[in-house]
Amino acid sequence: MSPADAAVVGTRVGMTDEDFRMLAGLLRERVGLVLGVDKTRLVESRLVPLARRQGLEGLGDLFRALRQRREDRLVNDVAEAVAPTDSAFFRDPEVWEALRTKVLPDLLVARAGTKRLRFWSAGCAAGQEPYSLAMLLAEAGQALAGWRAEIVATDLCRDVLEKARSGLYSQFEVQRGLPIRALMRHFVKVGEMWQVASALRGMVRFERVNLVDDPARLGAFDAVLCRNVLGAFDPQLRDAVLERLARLLPADGYLVLGAGEAAGTRFRSVDGAPGVFAPA
Amino acid sequence: MKTCLVVDDSRVIRLVARRILEDLGYAVSEAENGEQALARCSAAMPDAVLMDWNMPVLSGLEAVKRLRAMPGGDRPVVVFCTTENDPAQIAQAIEAGANEYIMKPFDGEIMRSKFLHAGLRP
Repeated sequence: MSPADAAVVGTRVGMTDEDFRMLAGLLRERVGLVLGVDKTRLVESRLVPLARRQGLEGLGDLFRALRQRREDRLVNDVAEAVAPTDSAFFRDPEVWEALRTKVLPDLLVARAGTKRLRFWSAGCAAGQEPYSLAMLLAEAGQALAGWRAEIVATDLCRDVLEKARSGLYSQFEVQRGLPIRALMRHFVKVGEMWQVASALRGMVRFERVNLVDDPARLGAFDAVLCRNVLGAFDPQLRDAVLERLARLLPADGYLVLGAGEAAGTRFRSVDGAPGVFAPA
Repeated sequence: MKTCLVVDDSRVIRLVARRILEDLGYAVSEAENGEQALARCSAAMPDAVLMDWNMPVLSGLEAVKRLRAMPGGDRPVVVFCTTENDPAQIAQAIEAGANEYIMKPFDGEIMRSKFLHAGLRP
């Protein structure tokens, strides 16, 4: 047996098929995440460090603890460790173009009376999405002078929310999707990292929210961005989340999904605006 | 097919950039320093230039300034690709006429998105 094979067998010893099924069931029930078997290795690689942090010997002990205690805190920690968190600034440029040329202009007309806009970035991961939105609003310049724009950004994972709040990104991260002029205009260099300028950070309020729970307490929004999040959800739960999102949006509000994502029956797609949906 | 001139004194960087840009659909030529780059541009102006900053003979910054002053030199999209990552230097590069700026190290995804931001599609 080669050392590589031994390593594979070594990690597989920590997670049996039964363990995987139990974990998948628990995550589906508590946080709506669907774990495909293709994610086995990824899950293992993320849970080993978590087991160590919990003071456990290995994956075997972690699964025993999950079975015996089923504590919310431990389940949350596991969900946070395995939830997808990768993102980029202005991911799916065509969707951002639709936000700039359709959603924002429409809302500027519709809310001209109150001059108030509320956005929700649901499943914001490390913050690239809400900060991209903040940049888009900042670039609107005079059109938004005298307006109050609020962005609520939520995610399940505490670790990524902490990173998002800091607004600190590596050189590699700021080059993913961000034009150089936007980087120069909206970021400051802090050591080897780049930090979102304080004016932009002040536009975004981060909160921990589990999309399985009813988000009514967050209030109503003019647009909800829930991009590349629902694809990892159980279909029934996805429909339930979309139903709740529909309740948070006024008739002239917008739901924005990732390019190629579908919004179910409560929404209709908006012509010429990829990823943009209006309540049906 | 759009053409891209890769200017870098490192043979390895030129090779890596060439592979990525060819995958993106560009016809790639190479130069080892700013002076060689300007000679290539005089002979045939490329659609894009990927430009290192620190090179012997003539720096990338100086080369871009001279390129922009050449007849037809306003046409190529110029993307700096350098280890220089100080905001003041980035501002200098933009002032000299760069359209986009890549801070090394980079990968294919960064290169692709930077060329798109610069308004160039192969």
